Amino acid sequence: MEDLSRFKQTYFDESAELLEVAESGLLRLTPGEVDSDEVNAIFRAVHSIKGGGGAFGFTELVAFAHEFETVMDGVRNNTVPVTTELVDTLIRANDLLGQMLAYAREGDPAPAGTTDGTVAALRRHLSGGAPQVQAPAAAPAAPPPAPVYADDEDDEAGLFGDAMAAIAAARAEEDPVPPGKLRWTIVFRPRSDLLMSGNEPAFMLRALRRLGDATVECHTNALPNLQNLEAELLHLSWTVTLIADPDIDLDKINDVFEFVADDCDIRITAEAPPPAAPEAPPVTDPVPVATATPPAVVAAVPETPKAEAPKAEAARPRPNGGGAEHAGLTSHTIRVDLDKIDRLVNMVGEMVITQAMIAEHVRELPPGEFQELLEGLEQLAQHTRELRESVMSIRAQPVSSVFSRMPRLVRECAATTGKEVQLVTSGETTEVDKTVVENLVDPLTHMIRNSIDHGLEGPEERERVGKPRAGTVHLSAQHRSGRIVIEITDDGRGINRPKVLSKAIEKGLVQPGAALSDEEIDNLIFLPGFSTADQVSNLSGRGVGMDVVRRNITSLGGRIGVYSTPGEGSRFVLSLPLTLAVLDGMVISVGEERFVLPLTNIVESLRPKAADLHGLVGKCDVMMARGEYVRLVYLHQLFGIPGAVADPTRALVVLVETEDGSRLGLVVDEVLGQQQVVIKSLEANFRRLDGVAAATILGDGRVALILDVAGLREMSRHMDSRAPRSPSSPAAALPAPALEPV
Amino acid sequence: MKKKVLTVDDSRTMRDMVSFTLKGAGYDVVEAADGQQALGVIGANKVDLVITDLNMPVMDGLTLIRRLRATPAHRTLPILMLTTEADEKKKSEGRAVGATGWIVKPFNPEKLISVVQKVCG
Amino acid sequence: MSSSTALATVGGSRTDARNDVMAVNAAEEQYVTFTVGSEEYGVNILSVREIRGWTPESRLPNLPDYVRGVINLRGIIIPIFDLRARFGGGATSVTKRHVVVVIQVGERTRGILVDAISDILAIGHDAIKPPPDVDGGMVDAEYLSGLYTADDRMVTLLSVEKLFSVENSELDSATKALPALERAS
Repeated sequence: MEDLSRFKQTYFDESAELLEVAESGLLRLTPGEVDSDEVNAIFRAVHSIKGGGGAFGFTELVAFAHEFETVMDGVRNNTVPVTTELVDTLIRANDLLGQMLAYAREGDPAPAGTTDGTVAALRRHLSGGAPQVQAPAAAPAAPPPAPVYADDEDDEAGLFGDAMAAIAAARAEEDPVPPGKLRWTIVFRPRSDLLMSGNEPAFMLRALRRLGDATVECHTNALPNLQNLEAELLHLSWTVTLIADPDIDLDKINDVFEFVADDCDIRITAEAPPPAAPEAPPVTDPVPVATATPPAVVAAVPETPKAEAPKAEAARPRPNGGGAEHAGLTSHTIRVDLDKIDRLVNMVGEMVITQAMIAEHVRELPPGEFQELLEGLEQLAQHTRELRESVMSIRAQPVSSVFSRMPRLVRECAATTGKEVQLVTSGETTEVDKTVVENLVDPLTHMIRNSIDHGLEGPEERERVGKPRAGTVHLSAQHRSGRIVIEITDDGRGINRPKVLSKAIEKGLVQPGAALSDEEIDNLIFLPGFSTADQVSNLSGRGVGMDVVRRNITSLGGRIGVYSTPGEGSRFVLSLPLTLAVLDGMVISVGEERFVLPLTNIVESLRPKAADLHGLVGKCDVMMARGEYVRLVYLHQLFGIPGAVADPTRALVVLVETEDGSRLGLVVDEVLGQQQVVIKSLEANFRRLDGVAAATILGDGRVALILDVAGLREMSRHMDSRAPRSPSSPAAALPAPALEPV
Repeated sequence: MKKKVLTVDDSRTMRDMVSFTLKGAGYDVVEAADGQQALGVIGANKVDLVITDLNMPVMDGLTLIRRLRATPAHRTLPILMLTTEADEKKKSEGRAVGATGWIVKPFNPEKLISVVQKVCG
Repeated sequence: MSSSTALATVGGSRTDARNDVMAVNAAEEQYVTFTVGSEEYGVNILSVREIRGWTPESRLPNLPDYVRGVINLRGIIIPIFDLRARFGGGATSVTKRHVVVVIQVGERTRGILVDAISDILAIGHDAIKPPPDVDGGMVDAEYLSGLYTADDRMVTLLSVEKLFSVENSELDSATKALPALERAS
């Protein structure tokens, strides 16, 4: 038989999902507010894990899942009361179930006693409520070899049975059992409504024939007149004589009638062959088949008169070649290997590049001609865009898969710190690329820990300052200007700026006496090596600081910022690209170089008049645009590009906006056009660069850097503070890279 | 003509295993993840046998059996339910609503095939 | 199964060129050598992925001059290092005849810009002389794996791992300009 181990992967995948279902259900399980749908879902999850585990023979896992399931069943039936302790136990049990699955996956036995404590805890809850004793299936006692099994609960059947037994007895004399065999006589008289349960006597008879040489007689004596005949009722009964090998025992025969045992009268007798060298039995006339009144009709149905009774082996339908043509799957999802999707994504990426390349060549064609070609290309561009979006949406997942892990975390953190915490989440359905979702887990975990550990006050302190005892952490997600923005807000004490600043000075991260704005002080917490915890705490002091969080986020092309109000709380804002593969960009040129600006950052591009430009305290240039002053940032200065247009009135200013809404004017030579670009990693073979989000390949095969607007703003700030410059001599103010001479 | 079996289970693993085993034994197999889906499949396919789990979201197995038996066309359709050994109560509930028989989980492929043969040939 | 394969190989029915070379002289390795100005350098052939003509690079901002920029290598983006600049000879003025040696260093693919490919040499381990003590600080001997004399030429053998790891750490320290520090100044 086929090896079921091929389903193990499915099983483990599914079990992982089920564990999550169970966990999130358990986390919502509240004493006094038991939602039976939730409870059922948890029960089902555990039940399914157990069921599959049984199929693969993971006995330890099954045994443990059974304990877990039993308690859940009690919860379901309201015999086990839901208490906080129970929920804790169940959560532990769910964790342990996950561990057991891990052992099973590795093929390792769980260490002895792994489940003991949890099982004991589970059982305590059982005995606390009305225990649900699961009777182990009583193994049927091995029956003695050949007695008559009669079930005389109904008189009519009794009579009938007697008659049949007589027949059997008669036959026994007439036809001795072959040596080495057993002869079974099975009298099978179903109730008339047997068919209504979907059982079909013909299949049972066929099943008997698989057990040996069977002779089947059909008794039609109970057939009513035609006009009284009801097609769905059964009026037939049968006697089967079965000559079978000795390994066919009563259980096997009973098994045939497993489903109908309660709906029929069955008598089974067995005879062994006569003792060796039997005397020739006296040949007598067969006893009349039925002495029963009225005219007895015995229709012998010659089912397989003598031909080799099909053996169980032969009767089993052979596996059909190929097997699974049309499965008629009604499930509306399919599981696809991520590699396959990624290959698709890459191909779409290459297609986007090719399309851009063709478009570039076509632009050089004489205008007015090739109208149809141009229209076709326009359509191709449209389709490519839609294809790209569809493909990307395959990879999109709601952030709920990450958010759902957080209640657990909050619970643990609250327990460890002794704080009371309420977690509020919103925007769980916001979708973002799978890779982004996966990479969110660690940063969010750390930030929430951080919020509880450092942000929230203890309940007493909160009461003293007139806040509710329980602190609130709000986790939200939303789409904003083509990115996903995740906010973690707490109503704690806010960032302690004097402490942060002195710490930073103490660690040499900031020079004493430096004048930093509040926002700048707040953002010091993202510096490498910075930790405000006075003592290394269990929660945050794991050698992971907010600098690691920031590094994780920036490596995804994201940014993080913090906004804090002393005494009122802090808000961490994370913004990430929706996908890591393709973006709509504007190609710009500076000197000989070309760059791509994400379209989502661009407000407009304009050529300023001299009157719009102003110097600001000799530090930087500002420009009046749409009624507000924006700072000008000269890209050629930031990046040290020779041969660029330095005068803003002859260059172009691209007004860009970062996710936090602040604007700046990027001075570039030219805007070349809008284009979809495939995001290529610069880090894969090189490293990250300030002001650069990633790279891409343009239609001519050349590499262009994709700009990171917020990064550019940061760079320009440092430049402003370091090297006051005049717009007339920009090239002189190149930021000399602090490099060792080589 | 191959017999067509509908396997109804919210566990993908279970559906996969039932489906694979039965296809290997020459049956056609269609799948549904709950009772509601199963009714849809049965409406669209001529099904010779239903194998259903009992515990499922949306519509559980007992309800599915009840609904099927209430339809004249499916009064004699063989329906096997998946139960666990300990579930004597479920067995009798199942029989009461018209289940043809049951398969005790966990089952091995041979057992599954033999039970299927027993009720639909 | 595996033993029969091994036998076949020993019997000579399925050897390939490399196996022959390895078998004949295990102490010898092949080096691709190239020139930068009048100097000749060699890297182990096993680290060389391909050699290609110069294609214009896209520059990267705010990096030392030996980081020439990036190019598109069949859909992946690789950095190009200018070996001349790396050794203090100033940036190479490239022509179409210049060559990029594409090197695999661990997971990373990188290109080095050189003047021309000169040779492929099989060099025995014992023919490699250790680099002289260059403690004067002019040469960071870290990435020199040895010197070899071919006829009357001296070939400087480079350890690509070291060469690039040095660059990495330098680059990192070079750009580790902490915002806060600057702000405070």
